[in-house]
Amino acid sequence: MSTEQRIDEIVKGNDVVLFMKGTPLFPQCGFSSRAVAILERLGVEYASVDVLQDMEIRQGIKSYSDWPTIPQLYVKGEFVGGSDIMMEMYEAGELAQLMEEAEVKPA
Amino acid sequence: MTGPIAQEIERKLVDAFAPTHLAVINDSASHSGHLGDDGTGESHFTVEIESAAFAGVSRLQRQRLVNQALGDLPGQRVHALAIRARAPGE
Repeated sequence: MSTEQRIDEIVKGNDVVLFMKGTPLFPQCGFSSRAVAILERLGVEYASVDVLQDMEIRQGIKSYSDWPTIPQLYVKGEFVGGSDIMMEMYEAGELAQLMEEAEVKPA
Repeated sequence: MTGPIAQEIERKLVDAFAPTHLAVINDSASHSGHLGDDGTGESHFTVEIESAAFAGVSRLQRQRLVNQALGDLPGQRVHALAIRARAPGE
């Protein structure tokens, strides 16, 4: 299976998935840490992928979304953005609204 | 002291967006010794940019425009780049 297919399966197979550096318990980057904190605050169930454990995904995710940085959040198969966008949307109440509209399960 | 990377970020953003406000803030010192600190002192930046080019443009698209203007800097030559893009009056 190609890297793109692997990423596609992960993105489509999870309602909410965060590609990050490290794990939710041990984030390895400030931006990933911030993204995790926002999802925890929203109280939604999410999957996470540690790109530091997989060089193919680490590179592949950037072309998949045409986005040069990590973390990256996907909801219902759609790319939402990185940690700046997550923070702006969270502060505006838009991220909670998006999760509600997508009928994402609570954690 | 403004380093060469900060100057390059500034020049590219001025060329692309003719911003009405632009601040390129080097946060690298507060990440010294962390993952991504490459020892150059220019690994982590925050960009604040206000430009009429962002009026009526979505958050995602604004960041895409900034990333495109910066070419190979975000995520490659610069480990971490936070972007705050707004249109005048926001």
